Amino acid sequence: MEIKETSMVGTLELGDVEITLWPNPGKGIEIELESDVKLQFGGAIERAVREELARFSIENACVRLVDKGALDCVIRARMACAICRGVGVPYDWAKEDGEK
Amino acid sequence: MSRTSLRRSSLYVGGGSPAKILEARFCAADCIVYDLEDSVSPRDKDAARLLIYRAVRYHRPPGKYVLIRVNGLYAPQLGEDLEAAVRARPDAIRLPKVETAEEVLRIDKRIGEIEAEAGIPQGATELWCNIESALGVANAREIATASPRVTALALGAEDYTASMGARRSKTGWEIFYARMRVLEACRLAGISAQDAVFSDIDDLEGLKADLETARGLGFDGKTVIHPRQIDIVNAAFTPTQKEIRQAKRVLQALEEGIRNHTGVVVLDGSMVDKPMERRARDILARAAAAGLETEGEWS
Repeated sequence: MEIKETSMVGTLELGDVEITLWPNPGKGIEIELESDVKLQFGGAIERAVREELARFSIENACVRLVDKGALDCVIRARMACAICRGVGVPYDWAKEDGEK
Repeated sequence: MSRTSLRRSSLYVGGGSPAKILEARFCAADCIVYDLEDSVSPRDKDAARLLIYRAVRYHRPPGKYVLIRVNGLYAPQLGEDLEAAVRARPDAIRLPKVETAEEVLRIDKRIGEIEAEAGIPQGATELWCNIESALGVANAREIATASPRVTALALGAEDYTASMGARRSKTGWEIFYARMRVLEACRLAGISAQDAVFSDIDDLEGLKADLETARGLGFDGKTVIHPRQIDIVNAAFTPTQKEIRQAKRVLQALEEGIRNHTGVVVLDGSMVDKPMERRARDILARAAAAGLETEGEWS
């Protein structure tokens, strides 16, 4: 899938992350992260972002995250929403039916 | 799926706020209601839906009864709300502004379809119906028995009084009839009766007085909108030591009556009859559910 338009999800409240996603045709995945815990958790956050993009088969996108201490599940939920908005498709709820 | 059998307090948690969702895990409410309706702006419904889905499905608060309040029965978001909410595997879905049994049946059917698609056991998803209008109150009995999924009715006083043209007051006289009608419907159906929100979160004395009425009438629990209301609500719906002692005495007196083949059992000058026994057993059951000591020599 391709990101068609810029999307923005989340807030700058404590425990949240503000994600901006925009098209990056033919240039792969580029991630820009701003976080007070970047040294400790930057790798894990970037991994979560890449895994969510991969789940939607997104190969080209720019992602900017302003993290305010969001947990992994929050980052993944915000990413999934940003991708759906950017691609212009609803979330496929049946996708995880087989998962435990 | 770990869940408490207590339904004393149900805390609404805004689905748009990760911090509030996290905080709710550590609160003392028996039930957590993740909200997709009033607390979420229309433009953020999709984000809240994903957040709640992930939180409930993969990071369920242990020991809590978990609910998701979806958008209204005629709202454009309802279809996708149900897809997400059922698949998140909460204990129940809370339906706002239910007015007829037909509405319950429609939702019951859709939930059943989603359960089948997702491999969730049929009937695993319970329903709590919010009764929030004159029509809903009038049809409370039919709503309560419309489906085996319905395990509670919850009165919504603000919308109800608006639909009646009534003025909301702290004495609660304007909702007395609605309270009784919802309560009676729940008792006839054998389901939980949940009282309305007390909106003034700064008036804790007012909350206590309101709870005195709700508990006295027979409600099982109350919806709360702020964590500071939880302890007071839990206390109101937990039997006191005095009530527990008296309940034990009633059952002990009955046991003695059976042992001694006494036809009529008298305690403190009053005859111990079936309603007294039932009330005593109910008190001890609620006390045991709350983790209080209820040991005794009765059966």
